[in-house]
Amino acid sequence: MHNVEQLVAAATAEFAGINDAAQLEQAKARYLGKSGSLTELLKSLGQMPAEERRSAGASINRAKEQIETLLSARRETIKRAALENQLDVSALDITLPGRGRGCGGLHPTVRTLERIEQLFRSIGFEVADGPEIEADWYNFTALNTPENHPARSMHDTFYLENTPGVLLRTHTSPVQIRYMQEHVVQYGHLEHMPEIRIIAPGRVYRVDSDATHSPMFHQVEGLWVGENVSFADLKGVVADFLRRFFESDDLKVRFRPSFFPFTEPSAEIDVAFMSGALEGRWLEIAGCGMVHPKVLRNGGIDPDKYTGFAFGMGPDRLTMLRYGIDDLRLFFDGDLRFLSQFN
Amino acid sequence: MQFSEHWLRSMVNPPLASGELSHLLTMAGLEVEEMQPAAPPFSGIVVAQVLSVEKHPDADKLKLCRVDAGLGEPLQIVCGAPNVAAGMKTPCALVGAELPGLRIKKAKVRGIESSGMLCSARELGISEDHGGLLTLAEDAPIGQNIREHLTLDDTLLTLKLTPNRADCLSLQGIAREVAALSGAPLLLPAITAVPAVHDKQRQIVLDAPSACPRYCGRIISAVNAGAPTPGWMRHRLERSGIRSISALVDVTNYVMLELGQPLHAFDNEQLTGSIHVRFPRSGEQLKLLNEQIVTPSADTALIADEQGGSRALALAGIMGGEDSGINITTTELFLESAFFAPVAIAGKARALGFSSDASYRYERGVDFELQRNAIERATQLILDICGGSPGPVIEAVSPANLPSRTPVKLRSARAAKVLGIPLSPAQIEKLLQGLGFPMQREANDFVVTPPSYRYDIEIEEDLIEEIARLHGYDNIPSPTPSGLLFMPLLPEERRTPMQVRRQLAARDYQEVVNFSFVDAGWETDFYANSDPIKLSNPIASQMSVMRSGLIGGLVGTLSYNLNRRTKRVRVFEVGRSFRRASATEPVAGFQQPLRLAALCSGPALPEQWGETTRQVDFFDLKADIEIMFAPQRLRFLKTRHPALHPGRAASIMLGEKEIGIIGELHPQWVQKYELASLGNAAPVVFELEFDALTDVPLPQYREVSRFPSVERDLALLVARDQPVAQLLDALREGAPNIVRSIELFDVYHGKGVEQSKKSLAFHIVMQDTEKTLADSEADEAIKLLTELAAIKFDAALRS
Repeated sequence: MHNVEQLVAAATAEFAGINDAAQLEQAKARYLGKSGSLTELLKSLGQMPAEERRSAGASINRAKEQIETLLSARRETIKRAALENQLDVSALDITLPGRGRGCGGLHPTVRTLERIEQLFRSIGFEVADGPEIEADWYNFTALNTPENHPARSMHDTFYLENTPGVLLRTHTSPVQIRYMQEHVVQYGHLEHMPEIRIIAPGRVYRVDSDATHSPMFHQVEGLWVGENVSFADLKGVVADFLRRFFESDDLKVRFRPSFFPFTEPSAEIDVAFMSGALEGRWLEIAGCGMVHPKVLRNGGIDPDKYTGFAFGMGPDRLTMLRYGIDDLRLFFDGDLRFLSQFN
Repeated sequence: MQFSEHWLRSMVNPPLASGELSHLLTMAGLEVEEMQPAAPPFSGIVVAQVLSVEKHPDADKLKLCRVDAGLGEPLQIVCGAPNVAAGMKTPCALVGAELPGLRIKKAKVRGIESSGMLCSARELGISEDHGGLLTLAEDAPIGQNIREHLTLDDTLLTLKLTPNRADCLSLQGIAREVAALSGAPLLLPAITAVPAVHDKQRQIVLDAPSACPRYCGRIISAVNAGAPTPGWMRHRLERSGIRSISALVDVTNYVMLELGQPLHAFDNEQLTGSIHVRFPRSGEQLKLLNEQIVTPSADTALIADEQGGSRALALAGIMGGEDSGINITTTELFLESAFFAPVAIAGKARALGFSSDASYRYERGVDFELQRNAIERATQLILDICGGSPGPVIEAVSPANLPSRTPVKLRSARAAKVLGIPLSPAQIEKLLQGLGFPMQREANDFVVTPPSYRYDIEIEEDLIEEIARLHGYDNIPSPTPSGLLFMPLLPEERRTPMQVRRQLAARDYQEVVNFSFVDAGWETDFYANSDPIKLSNPIASQMSVMRSGLIGGLVGTLSYNLNRRTKRVRVFEVGRSFRRASATEPVAGFQQPLRLAALCSGPALPEQWGETTRQVDFFDLKADIEIMFAPQRLRFLKTRHPALHPGRAASIMLGEKEIGIIGELHPQWVQKYELASLGNAAPVVFELEFDALTDVPLPQYREVSRFPSVERDLALLVARDQPVAQLLDALREGAPNIVRSIELFDVYHGKGVEQSKKSLAFHIVMQDTEKTLADSEADEAIKLLTELAAIKFDAALRS
């Protein structure tokens, strides 16, 4: 049976050297085909003595099985190699840029407003809004700034032609009055009105134009009115907000006495950063104070029962400080090379 | 308000360095805006006298001077100044002196030894004047350090005063404040009445006592108006930003700065009869000191005399008149020290287009008990400097019209509540005492009478602010906010402007913020609005009218970016538009709806390898709008709009309401605004009422069928000009229940289709929730749709 083992060994060696499916089938024929070596051996069985025939037959069959196993293994290997090859050929240059649409973004100041809204919503503030062409009464008189009050000269106001008593709002503070009035309409009959907690972002207008002033800019008004709202609360809320906004726990925040007709006591809020280009410099960032009793009354609220604080800050300026922008005019030029930096 | 620290310290001198003093003021609400040294650092400069001046032998323009600098021996100094003269006193930098960027050494100038340098004001860094040597007073002590002589070790402080603190528009006021804050003693100048030496006087008649409740006047005769102003006064004025003019004018300004009382000096020889304070006669004119001729309004008080019956001399509390002013030849003056009521002055100067130091103070409020003191102080200074003999002070007063000072009650508990800190009555009492206001304690409360110089103490809160200021805002804690916790209303059926913005940003739009006031031309071009809302005081003509829509601004943005070679522009803006409307709006007569507008120009997609370049078109933007409103279905109706291409414009309908427009910009505007540059096709725009976007329907569940769906395609031939939406709407509406969706997937005209027709191909999905659809049911549905199209739209099956 020496022959049989030789045949298996020969097949093993031959198959291992073949990398092509057709060649493998030809090689198969050489062993297992009609006149293949193994078939020939099988044919020669008949000439063998009967006692040998059985064991020889068995060993030939084993060899046949072995060769077939070898064959199928090799077929599998060749198939896999072909597939690998095919995948290789179809590989992508995965470094090519992605396809399709681009992405836009919010205006940097609006991005800031979005953050301000989120921060204040988290402590129960709602977002309110008001008209931009505003009645003089809401913009000034109701805010304790009567005609000819020197404080009016602090705001260079845009007026409309042939329409006395109407102007472009110079600040978002008129929203305070409008909101309080609505609140009183809704809840005034209650023994304890719910608190007012709002912020009112929006556009405001003043006759002014240079690198740090724009005739139109943004403000955010804040108002918290309740039965126990104090100046200390004002300090707490605003300082907390500024540290969260600038994501800096060591931001210095100071309140210093100031004057606004619609708050008393009033304060100007300064911040100082502990690092960066503006390190250590006090920067004016907002005005605030306890809502003046006359203003509460103009909103329909009893100042003996309720107190409140209000603040107004400039989101354009907050944006400039946050991102290191040095020219306010960039915000209103619409230059996409600037705007897209904040996407 | 600018002033000299040195002057302030002559009245109150707390043990604080300049920086600390500045901080004290700032933190008390008197913000120090600027601190500036009176002179740069230098040393070794002394008062010297030029003894003799000779020509330099080798240089025409140089002189040899012998100078006494107090060193015993005269110095020889070479000097080129044109004004050098024997006898003059001038600063001399000695050998070894350090000046900014310069060290004085013994040197030879054109062969002659020079031991020092005579200095101009500019060389000392105290002014830009380079006309020649700084001339010092004749009595300046030779050898005295110039810094000492000119009090150059001084700081100029500039306060940014808030309108409520008129009391700090004087050195006296600031000193009072510093004393209250620091506890340092207050040393105000002693003012004593100067007795009259003759009886020359003018009667004063208050014809307008509401505007002028108090007026003091005094004649001073035989003054020398040409006398020089003493150096100390000049320095103090100059360091307060006021130029020295002549001794008499300087004294009036000095007293105004010192005490806060504006004064006016008339040339008495130009006056006739009594002095009246009255309102103007109709059309009455006056020529002011600044040569402006004004016709004061009926409520502007005038100072008048009795020449020709009555003649206007000055705008009371605002500015003097040209005819009656003093000058260098004046020998007799009439000095005015009056109190004009703030309401009588407020806004008057501004209305005339200027501001004066006097009106600035009067409209904010001058101490109404200061007039007599101020006239005495000024008299004394005038006598000291110009000589002269004073007459009696004539005072006219209308007590009923003087401001009142109503006592204000301060409750300790209220102060503690408003400030949010525990403040004991004892603490409050101590703080109030520091202010020096008259007060009475009633148990835990205080009744405080505001002084005549404070106009900002009317209610309890005003006193609470005083308490807070003196206690120090810094000493009030900043607790973490606390309040009732309640969850906010977040209606699912509303969407916020931020959410809409984010959605647009995700669809590749960049937000811009454009001005609400625009060029009137934009309004006519894009909105055919020939009567826009105009500003009465626009900042520029291209920002003179309120926009009624946002398209102009976006066209501006496109143009700006094209000019900077950015060709792919996809922008949007959320902002108000302004239109005239009925009186029922929140602001009567004006409608101010929030709108959303967008504009796209250039390639539909960013430049890339993966997609062929294609210009953005109508249907790109239409899809963006449809997605924003989904699942609500919009309808688009052909329309005309001044901004848009007449064949490529649609109004956008949500239900029966028009909520906006979309279209290609009119070729006329593309050309006019040069928007076709960089190979861009016409931009496409849309503009929507923002309110239409805020409501979004709550999702509605529909059962998902477990049975397989059947899909069929249907191709129909219709007239070439048949709007597809009508057909599609009709098919959807008329389709049997089993039809889940009908989508258009092809529009074709050309070869194989009759010239007047087009082929529309629809993909139709059908499904039943109860059972598997039979082919026959699907066939029936398609047949029904085909018939419907045939009847209503003359559509034929494309074979």
